Amino acid sequence: MTMSGTTDAPRPTAAPKPTAAPRLRAPRRPHGPGRPRRSILLTVLTGVMLLYSLVPLLWLVISATKTQQGLARSFGLWFDGDFALWDNITETFTYQDGVFGRWLLNTLLYVVVGAGGATLLAVLGGYALAKFDFPGKRAVFAVVIGAVAVPTTALAVPTFLMFSKLGLTDTPWAIILPSLISPFGLYLMWVFAAEAVPTELMEAARIDGASELRAFFQVALPLLAPGTVTVLLFTTVATWNNYFLPLIMLKDPDWYPLTLGLDAWNKQAATAGGEAVFNLVVTGSLLTIAPLIAAFLLLQKYWQSGLAAGSVKE
Amino acid sequence: MTTLQSPAATGARPAGPPVRRTRRSWTGWGFIGPFALVFALVFLAPLAYSIYLSLFRTQLIGGTSFVGLDNYEQALQDGRFWDGVLRVGLFLLVQVPIMLGLALLVALAIDSGRLFGKDFFRISVFLPYAVPAVVATLMWGFMYGPRFGLVGDINDAFGVRLPDPLSSDLILASIGNIVTWEFVGYNMLIFYSALRVVPHSLYEAAEIDGAGQWRVITAIKLPAIRGALVIATIFSIIGSFQLFNEPAILQKLAPNAITTDYTPNYYTYSLSFSGQQHNYSATVAIVMGVVTMIVAYVVQLRGMRKGA
Repeated sequence: MTMSGTTDAPRPTAAPKPTAAPRLRAPRRPHGPGRPRRSILLTVLTGVMLLYSLVPLLWLVISATKTQQGLARSFGLWFDGDFALWDNITETFTYQDGVFGRWLLNTLLYVVVGAGGATLLAVLGGYALAKFDFPGKRAVFAVVIGAVAVPTTALAVPTFLMFSKLGLTDTPWAIILPSLISPFGLYLMWVFAAEAVPTELMEAARIDGASELRAFFQVALPLLAPGTVTVLLFTTVATWNNYFLPLIMLKDPDWYPLTLGLDAWNKQAATAGGEAVFNLVVTGSLLTIAPLIAAFLLLQKYWQSGLAAGSVKE
Repeated sequence: MTTLQSPAATGARPAGPPVRRTRRSWTGWGFIGPFALVFALVFLAPLAYSIYLSLFRTQLIGGTSFVGLDNYEQALQDGRFWDGVLRVGLFLLVQVPIMLGLALLVALAIDSGRLFGKDFFRISVFLPYAVPAVVATLMWGFMYGPRFGLVGDINDAFGVRLPDPLSSDLILASIGNIVTWEFVGYNMLIFYSALRVVPHSLYEAAEIDGAGQWRVITAIKLPAIRGALVIATIFSIIGSFQLFNEPAILQKLAPNAITTDYTPNYYTYSLSFSGQQHNYSATVAIVMGVVTMIVAYVVQLRGMRKGA
């Protein structure tokens, strides 16, 4: 998704043809002979950005250990006397008859079906764009690229009105259907498939009598794995973090995802007679981001190589 | 994204790697079909519907009637709408350069190989991207707040009175800070991925010529990742024009500073869901979409032409 004109120039000569699959984590040789000198000054300066990125997360972790009174009385970046993390977690899951657990399950449903479906559609579509010539291909391409430029919010209101006519609002479908389309995912898979799946290999499979579907699942799909993980992670983030779409589509708190639920708990304090539950908002926030952060950390190798491969080409 | 190809790359065929084609056949539709179908349902149909809606008006008396381009005329003269456009325009001019500049500096620092623990830097700066806008806004909103925020703590601890980040003077900057925090790492990663594929021979040649680090950056690295810079800029522009989540969530914490027409997107939302003015709301959304596309297109043309 990066580069463009600049990488195109050397390509036609295609001198050092990348061997197997895209150069995923090609060991990067530091410039010049030997390694460049490490710089303490540069590390410290960049460290300022590191602190900027991490301190709010630290604040969140520390705040999740405090009671509501503790939040108000203690310094934000240090612990209060009472360590209430476990109580907060228990209360988050039991407050309002355990609605938080329901929101968590809803979010998982939207992610599994929505982001999973989006990834599947993107993988299939990207493979088609990279490896087949079919009537209307240029039109498909033009329409999808044009659509990327349309701000999604311009479509939100009409989508809501359309869905409400179809009786889809206030159901999981209202969240899942729009989540199924990821133009960025399609693009990334297209670029990735063009590079990672050798056309000769697919032809060999066909000559051996494999059906198109079989050739795709048994030969192409394994080669597409790093790109698939990347797209899956990014569509997961998009679905997990979605706020605007559920906000307009859902009235019934039983179908809320975590984001909307937390927002509702936060707003509760501002309504007349509403109970302030800031400790639960904070703890719930921590519980909401923990799975995603864990996924990004654990799957680092895959998504970073997928992104790098995406930027190799174009 | 490939709209952003330089003219050289677009050429005759949609860009993309040269592939030996199999015979032209309908088989490909079997694979792209599902995407195309859902795309038509959730993208093309609402788009068409929204254009249709924008041509009508519903009134209490007389019901729905065809009004031609009247809604557009109203939108073009709507002060509340244009105030919002100016506000996000200002936001864009200040926040986007700061965010992308920081992202670029970090990417160059990590790419230089001179950092201790560069992998730790890369993943840590990226992490906020995984935090939902809702959580990021709530978190920063609490930290901004006087009640149990860091600003209040600092005031108490040092006996100072820092300006209130939730006041109407500072709220736009406060929102800018949240957005920067969320996306600086994402942009850094885009730049860093682009830097990684700069051919090594270029650095070696520069070294032989005795070029210093600074010269390598300005003469080799920056031109090499210009495509990435332009793409990141365009995404940031689209993101700024669509600003909604952060102001909408902060609104409860700063009800006096954030009005329901604070950004164009917030305005369309309020029109539709508080005001029930669906037709006009669709019109405003379309006008905003057109403005966004024009600005993005101009940036793309300029960015790609310069020095190419």
